[in-house]
Amino acid sequence: MERADGGQLGPLPVAASATGSRDTGPAAAADDRWRWFRGQAFWLVAPALLLLVVCLGLPLAIVTLRSFSEPQWGWQNYVWFFGTPVNLTVLQRTFAISAWVTLVCVIAGYPYAYVMTVVGPKMRLVLILCVLVPFWVSGVVRTLAWVILLQDSGVINSVIRSLGLGPVKLIRTQTGVVIGMAQVLLPFMILPLYSVMKAIDLRLLQAARSLGASPARAFAQVYLPLSLPGVYAGAIIVFILALGFYITPALLGGPRSTMLSTLIQNQVLSLLNWGRGGAMGVVLLIATFILLALAAPLSRQPHKTGSRRQ
Amino acid sequence: MASPSTRGAAIDLKSVSKHYGSFIALDEVSLRIEPGEFMTLLGPSGSGKTTTLNIVAGFTEVSSGSLDVGGKSVIGVPAHKRNTGVVFQHYALFPHMTVSRNVAYPLTLRGIANPDREARVRKALDMVKMTDFGHRFPSELSGGQQQRVALARAIVFDPPLLLMDEPLGALDKKLREWLQLEIKRIHRELGTTFVYVTHDQEEALVLSDRIAVFNQGRIEQIGSGRQLYDEPETLFVGKFVGDSTILRGAPSTSGDETAIDIAGRKVTTAKRLPGGVKPAMLLRPEKLSLARRGMGGQDRNTLPGRIGEAIYLGSGSKYEVVLADTSKAIVRSTLDAETFAIGDEVDLIFAGSDVKLLADDEKADLNLT
Repeated sequence: MERADGGQLGPLPVAASATGSRDTGPAAAADDRWRWFRGQAFWLVAPALLLLVVCLGLPLAIVTLRSFSEPQWGWQNYVWFFGTPVNLTVLQRTFAISAWVTLVCVIAGYPYAYVMTVVGPKMRLVLILCVLVPFWVSGVVRTLAWVILLQDSGVINSVIRSLGLGPVKLIRTQTGVVIGMAQVLLPFMILPLYSVMKAIDLRLLQAARSLGASPARAFAQVYLPLSLPGVYAGAIIVFILALGFYITPALLGGPRSTMLSTLIQNQVLSLLNWGRGGAMGVVLLIATFILLALAAPLSRQPHKTGSRRQ
Repeated sequence: MASPSTRGAAIDLKSVSKHYGSFIALDEVSLRIEPGEFMTLLGPSGSGKTTTLNIVAGFTEVSSGSLDVGGKSVIGVPAHKRNTGVVFQHYALFPHMTVSRNVAYPLTLRGIANPDREARVRKALDMVKMTDFGHRFPSELSGGQQQRVALARAIVFDPPLLLMDEPLGALDKKLREWLQLEIKRIHRELGTTFVYVTHDQEEALVLSDRIAVFNQGRIEQIGSGRQLYDEPETLFVGKFVGDSTILRGAPSTSGDETAIDIAGRKVTTAKRLPGGVKPAMLLRPEKLSLARRGMGGQDRNTLPGRIGEAIYLGSGSKYEVVLADTSKAIVRSTLDAETFAIGDEVDLIFAGSDVKLLADDEKADLNLT
């Protein structure tokens, strides 16, 4: 009747095993095998890599090349882009709209993702479906639905009117564009947020409370910081996707909410000016890279950076 | 720090019940814990010990009953206003804060500013012997180190009450035994009331002033480790605390004597249970002795059996003896006693006065597995 060994408990990892044991024989052999396997495993990504090179890298290279080569070799397309005020206005607006869309997605997506982590499995399934259903509907259809909702005599405005407030101009305004884009991009915010949030140990909040933190402080000082990597990940995806959005701003926006992609489309398809269109694309790409580089340090998790050795 | 005698808070639970729908997690539990006492809540999983701890911590509301801490009712007081230290099995260190910031957190919440705060963090880390680890993140520490930091964090704000929920459950045996002694030392140095939850009876015996044995949402017995071992009041307590042999069979009584028939052989004790209660005999391993079949013990109770398992312990031997009715007896013998091998035919010998006569409880068996 020995029961004192406590063996029936303990689902938890014992971090002690993660330290030491670096130079022992079997472990080193396993390391070698793993290295060999990793070398071979590279070939598993070859198809995807090939696809990426052929379908993305190559066209990108051609576009970049043509931005310098048409109509003749030189910087003229870039000189034109930065010398034309309307281009700069649109570039700035593109970033501004994308930032607004990102903000709306964070505000709408954060509580939604949180609720997904605390409800029961059935309710969670419903919530996930609600996020995913828009993915299964064509973007054009969704955007046209927004046209109906947002127009001056649309559903939203009739509700506002029935509340005794004047009609609000939504369609063909920047607000309308932001609303439509945020709806399309919301899943890209919610899913990474959810995957980070569901890994947060809710018992940490209990610990914080036992130490004297009110529920609000426990949230602000423990939960929020731990969920930020998800916010950054979602925000970066949404922001980058928003920068390149074409259909939604084209259908919901007016002339004063034109985004860069519309200008590019105009240059390439209407004016057949591949050089200028290409230059605009390259500018957008580089601006995005710069922004990413600036945002990268934010998403780094402080507690994952330290050395594990002792 | 105040003197040890004034630091601990008394805890008084009166008729506390907790229901989850139709499930009764706690059934009219009453328990008084003295200031500065080390009280262990011992029991199998689902016995209500953790529910009790969560109620004292303020994580769970009672369904009925009263709870006083330090002489004041804390029913309805939220967890963050109870000023109670809690140590969890899963450490619950904040992964985004260094060790120092983790330990400083409860002080920051209490508005304690820096020269003082730093000094107290250092003092708490000193106490758990983690002084040099302040700049590390929890992910860079082993399980035992993390739990020591968690302990420092729970005592740094001088709570009058410290609750620990299976704090060593995730650690290996060697580390656990060492940390048990550390916890005992810290309890002695602080004078805080400690309430400790565990399913490990050895751990409970090592640590506690008193132990409350939980079973199915009730307390079976409260007492020192010695009381629980020597004078168990129920079969469950006898089985849960320490090794034991249970003898069951058709009972008969004559005068003040109770006899139990085991496969045709009667064993007796000069004890009686109140009428109508089915008795079972409980014997501790050191109260049993072994002899080769037919070699003595005529004046005492003897039962024939066969050695089923023989374990050499260094300080002696432990035997599992299979009796005629296939039940098993556990015998511990000293170094100088005769040794036996598996399969040896033996007599199990014991004095009637060493028998604990307890009400038989079939449920006591089910709960242990």
